[in-house]
Amino acid sequence: MLSYTLKRLALAIPTLLILIIVSFVLMHAAPGGPFTSERELPPEVLANLNAKYGLDQPLWRQIATYVWGILTEFDFGPSFVYKDRTVNEIIAQGFPVTLTYGAISFVVAVLVGVTLGTVAAIRQNTILDYFAVGVSIGAQVLPNFVMAPILVLVFTLWLGWLPGGGWQGGQWEYIVLPVVALSTSFMASIARITRSSMLETLNLNHVRTARAKGLPERRVILRHALKPAMLPVISYLGPAFVAMITGSVVVDVYFSTGGIGKAFVDSALNRDYAVMMGVTILMGALTILFNLVVDILYGWIDPKIRY
Amino acid sequence: MFRPTLAASALALLVATPALADNPVPEGTTLAEDQTFTFWLLDAIKSMDPQINTDVEGSDVLRQLFEGLYSEDADGSLVPGVATDHEVSEDQTTYTFTLRDDATWSNGDPVTAQDFVYAWRRLADPATASEYAWYMELMQVVNAPEVISGDMEPEELGVRAVDDHTFEVQIATPLPYFPQMVVHASTFPVHQATIEEYGDNWTRPENMVGNGAYVLDEHILGERVEMSQSETYWDAENVVLTNLTALTINDVNQGLTRYLAGELDRVDVPAGQFPRLKEEYPEQATSTPYSCSYIYMLNVGDSGPEVLNDVRVRKALAYGIDRDIIVDRILQGGQEPSYNWTHWATAGFEAPETEWSTMSQEDRMAEAQALMEEAGYGPDNPVELTLNYNTSEDHKRIAIAASQMLKPLGFDITLNNMEWKVHTDRMQAQDFEMARYAWCGDYNEASTYLDLFTSYSGHNNGEFFNEEYDAVMKESKTAEDPLPMYQEAERILAEEMPILPIYHYAQVDMVKPDIRGLPTENVMQTWYAKDMYRVAE
Repeated sequence: MLSYTLKRLALAIPTLLILIIVSFVLMHAAPGGPFTSERELPPEVLANLNAKYGLDQPLWRQIATYVWGILTEFDFGPSFVYKDRTVNEIIAQGFPVTLTYGAISFVVAVLVGVTLGTVAAIRQNTILDYFAVGVSIGAQVLPNFVMAPILVLVFTLWLGWLPGGGWQGGQWEYIVLPVVALSTSFMASIARITRSSMLETLNLNHVRTARAKGLPERRVILRHALKPAMLPVISYLGPAFVAMITGSVVVDVYFSTGGIGKAFVDSALNRDYAVMMGVTILMGALTILFNLVVDILYGWIDPKIRY
Repeated sequence: MFRPTLAASALALLVATPALADNPVPEGTTLAEDQTFTFWLLDAIKSMDPQINTDVEGSDVLRQLFEGLYSEDADGSLVPGVATDHEVSEDQTTYTFTLRDDATWSNGDPVTAQDFVYAWRRLADPATASEYAWYMELMQVVNAPEVISGDMEPEELGVRAVDDHTFEVQIATPLPYFPQMVVHASTFPVHQATIEEYGDNWTRPENMVGNGAYVLDEHILGERVEMSQSETYWDAENVVLTNLTALTINDVNQGLTRYLAGELDRVDVPAGQFPRLKEEYPEQATSTPYSCSYIYMLNVGDSGPEVLNDVRVRKALAYGIDRDIIVDRILQGGQEPSYNWTHWATAGFEAPETEWSTMSQEDRMAEAQALMEEAGYGPDNPVELTLNYNTSEDHKRIAIAASQMLKPLGFDITLNNMEWKVHTDRMQAQDFEMARYAWCGDYNEASTYLDLFTSYSGHNNGEFFNEEYDAVMKESKTAEDPLPMYQEAERILAEEMPILPIYHYAQVDMVKPDIRGLPTENVMQTWYAKDMYRVAE
């Protein structure tokens, strides 16, 4: 297991390098640049800017300098657009915010989703099942960009219970609405996957045996059915977790959290190459890491899987 | 053309208001206990460095943290800032500003002419790499182009501190509106020692030294900015609002919701919602002219389509769009339909009457039809064109309406939605046929608009080159009264129609009813929190 983990981690390095090169090239291939604005800059001004940010160098050298900066000093460079900030600072400010509401959303989505899915499977074709399926489908088809304004309308404008946005260092009342908006659709997916996987598992031989032995239903479900039923859920949770903690542009825009999701989308629109690269690498590294975590969890849940 | 008669008035002080500002609150007003103001920013602030900032949002904050030579009042007239007045030399090319001796930085240092020299050189210095370096060229400061291109040292820029309280600027050609230009945030002074000590980090709340009525307490990128009254500001005793908060909310509708929930004191109104809000909240919904002009630019250059070289076709395009529908049905926020380029409310400007500006829309339509027939086009032989616009619900609705209005005349217009940077890049590479464009004035004078269509302008993307137009604009620079030349320039635009004017902007706001002191007649919409206050309800 240890050698497998180390091998996977070693493989992450070339993967990230390819990610950097491909993103870098694609980014520069997009029309316009960080300094394109409706006020076309005089050539001498543009030349000064390009020189300051190294954009006058050939692409291969820009990539090399960039990678070198990361390897030697963990320096992702200055933002081309937010000129008094570095990429490290932008990520250091935005990522904790996203991590906070993302991780909470994840826990909420998993707890509610798995419970809902399990209950629906056990009580298949009863009113409880229809209710659970109804809720999860409803949550699935209600995208968060519809949900967010509705939440604000109801809880901020009509009821006046919660603030409509902001972060204020992460006080709880500022976290509630972002978490609800972000977790809902993940919760729905988890519930659906859990339900169908659970239904399959409940028909397996070892569950029938367990029931035949006369074990109480609670024990059958929790001890014998839930664990194997979780396999497909876990493979979904890895990428979902990364998606949640790296933020949602919808949540960031509607709730003005100052999170990283908005910074990422802005960087693409602004052609803020440095921020775009920084967040891409962060997301890439997290995706690789959590895919590995998922694979390790697989081995733990299903002893048949060996590495 | 230089007019020596001006010399007599050259020494006259442009700024009539006394050097000591008055308290903005009229006598007999009961002030509210809470003197805080929370305002809305559409986007995160890209930089709090006056010489680096390029955005409206940034300028709104910088005007509170720093103070330039002059400021503006609610009507857009100049009022003293750090400078109390100025003199102009006989040849109109040397401006000497007298600075007040009680202006102080937030760390207690006096604000001197040297601070302005440092800031202006810094704006032009290639090492600063400012996107607004061109503003020094626009102000015609001597040697600005050479300094920006690195051919001269920043020290050779035409600015000088005669003594601590006398700042002198040399400009290359006379500019009658030069004093209006020093209101711009990029000309604000900065504190040299602080910048040298902290480098790019000098704009952090813990490091920043400013000379404005407020100091920066906190800046969380993309979330909020907190400011509080500066104790060292020279006019601190007349500053009423104690704390300012700027909240970044990237969605206009969400901004409005939060305003209605009481979280903001001022917010923009999304297009189409003004009539409803005006009815529901007559005291809070306001619409005032805002110096920006919305047009479709035509590519009349070599890379443009052949058909746009025919002035009859260009005129038919302009005449065929019913601007009243766009303004009254789509925007609905007090914007003005436009039949010329310069914003109607620009100081000292009056749009000339042109052939088409006085016609009724029916007549315009008939004229457009006749022009198209004459040019050999019509619904059976349509003119095919593409119209590029950058992604936005409003631009899309206007483009759809315009293309439908033009259809019966024989225009087959393909709409082309593009992401902002792509749109801009294509325009600047002359890779377009018709393109949505808007320009906002840098200062409150018509040349900020009209200079754009000279052949030597850097923004004339449609390549409209007209010698007569260039000549008129050059002449206007030295004229005692440039208005006739500006009107002539507008007449040439109406005659040649290289652009299709659509509408003139309005600032459409919701403002809490107890807020006073926001600009009412200032088309630049520059506002200063030091002039504002809240009354008791």
